[in-house]
Amino acid sequence: MSILVYSELKDGKATKSGLEAVSYAKKASAVLGGDVTVITSGAIEGDGGMGAYGADKILNASEATSDSQQLTRLVAAAAESTGADTIIINHDATGKLVAPRVAVKLNAGIVAGAIDVPSNEGGFKVKKGVFSGKAIAEVTVTSAKRVVSITPNSFGLHEAAGAGVVESFSADLGGAKVKVKEFKPTSTDGSIPLPEADLVVSAGRGLKGPENWGMIEELAKELGAATACSRPVSDIGWRPHHEHVGQTGIAIRPTLYIAVGISGAIQHLAGVNASKVIVVINKDPEAPFFKAADYGIVGDAFEVVPKLLEAVKSFKNN
Amino acid sequence: MNILVCISKAPDTTSKIAFTDGNTKFDENGVQFIVNPYDEWYALVRGIELKEANGGSVTTITVGGADADPIIRKALAIGADKAVRIDAAEGDPGSVAAQIAAYAKDQGFDMILTGKETINYNGGVVGGMIAEHLDLPYISLATKLDMNGGVAEISREVQGGVEVVEVDGPFVLSAAKGMAEQRIPNMRGIMAARTKPLEVVPAADVASNTAISTYALPEEKGDCTYVDADNPAELVRLLNEEAKVL
Repeated sequence: MSILVYSELKDGKATKSGLEAVSYAKKASAVLGGDVTVITSGAIEGDGGMGAYGADKILNASEATSDSQQLTRLVAAAAESTGADTIIINHDATGKLVAPRVAVKLNAGIVAGAIDVPSNEGGFKVKKGVFSGKAIAEVTVTSAKRVVSITPNSFGLHEAAGAGVVESFSADLGGAKVKVKEFKPTSTDGSIPLPEADLVVSAGRGLKGPENWGMIEELAKELGAATACSRPVSDIGWRPHHEHVGQTGIAIRPTLYIAVGISGAIQHLAGVNASKVIVVINKDPEAPFFKAADYGIVGDAFEVVPKLLEAVKSFKNN
Repeated sequence: MNILVCISKAPDTTSKIAFTDGNTKFDENGVQFIVNPYDEWYALVRGIELKEANGGSVTTITVGGADADPIIRKALAIGADKAVRIDAAEGDPGSVAAQIAAYAKDQGFDMILTGKETINYNGGVVGGMIAEHLDLPYISLATKLDMNGGVAEISREVQGGVEVVEVDGPFVLSAAKGMAEQRIPNMRGIMAARTKPLEVVPAADVASNTAISTYALPEEKGDCTYVDADNPAELVRLLNEEAKVL
């Protein structure tokens, strides 16, 4: 029994998602037994920071690739070389490319979007969100090998000692059929990608127009939060599609979700109700979102948000 | 251009979610079923737009029983040319992908489009699994797809931005928001759909590696704590001291 984690590297270090996957694998190893080995590609600095989260061994392929077929060959070769029966990948943009392919290549059952560590009583079982967060399913995997992709922010980072031994690794990756032409950053100001954000400030039609988003962005910046929006707002074009959270947008699970001027339609709630703490600011006391909220302020966003911004600034200064 | 679009049956987004048989089965009582929105709004509509611009044909494919036929007819009403239903009980994502790949492998499709995930199981893996079965490139979370001659130019969501990629030759793609605008079927489309072919093909012999053993509903939230609109500092205090998230 051993566990293999695929982790992405950025500037030689594991990404936050990668560290979360290593943390998850370490916890899973307490249930399943075996060592935690990580496979990475591209330049690595030291152990990429992964030893501190429980990685025993890090296999590093020097050639960086983002092609799903090449990454699949790399992960499958590492799984074969280590004899791993459980492969853990993040359920993020790269993981969504690679995890399903690896599952087919290894003839493994896949649990995509896991939200808890596996249990091994009466078979290998993992919980995942279904019906867009409106329910949780326990999935039993019956194949000898299994792939588990973890929902970002569902497990968190947990430090745990691992040997962190780095070994170079090579496999025949074949050619890449997908040619990357361009990367366009979502924002150039270094703001946080939404699926990974711990704190999110979101706004809806209650803001009346795109010109009023300045105060939302300012509040998000002060908190170190990402910004998001409801579906109507992105449909009208007030905000970009990639900010749309909800059932047909992105499902998120930050530590804190602040919703301003969003009434809380069932489809919106479905994408955000896994947030640890929900704050709702709305002038309509009957807004359904208050039923899902931990904290609420009934009031006009244009009066409440500037005051909240001042309160956050004053809190940070003390 | 020969386009295959995978469409799946999903409960309407406003459905109340409940379970029966000791929380092992989804309670379909009173639930309206629709074409999975990502499959319909984005993958199917973009497929139809490409066909309208470049010629060719759009075929939909669904794994399931005859109860999926009404949603398949809707896809035909929107503008697909023909439909295939693989007559198998809907299994786990691995078996669905294996069924579709077994059908598609000899059909010469130029592209296979899926939604980025279904709104009931939220796995988003069927497209990638089909791609691996067929040894084709896979582009997930695509927000834009244009054809320049035989070369596809695709924008896809990645961490922190959008990547623009090129693929020459057949590929599998999962579609996200931005790819196309929702189309409402008109009366002409609805009438035409009645005469379009819906081919039912027997299932291939594939096994499931996973099964959902039980369902549960998320824990109920406690009551909302209200803070006076004139005193957001109190909210900041509660978030820091009580909720410990600041």
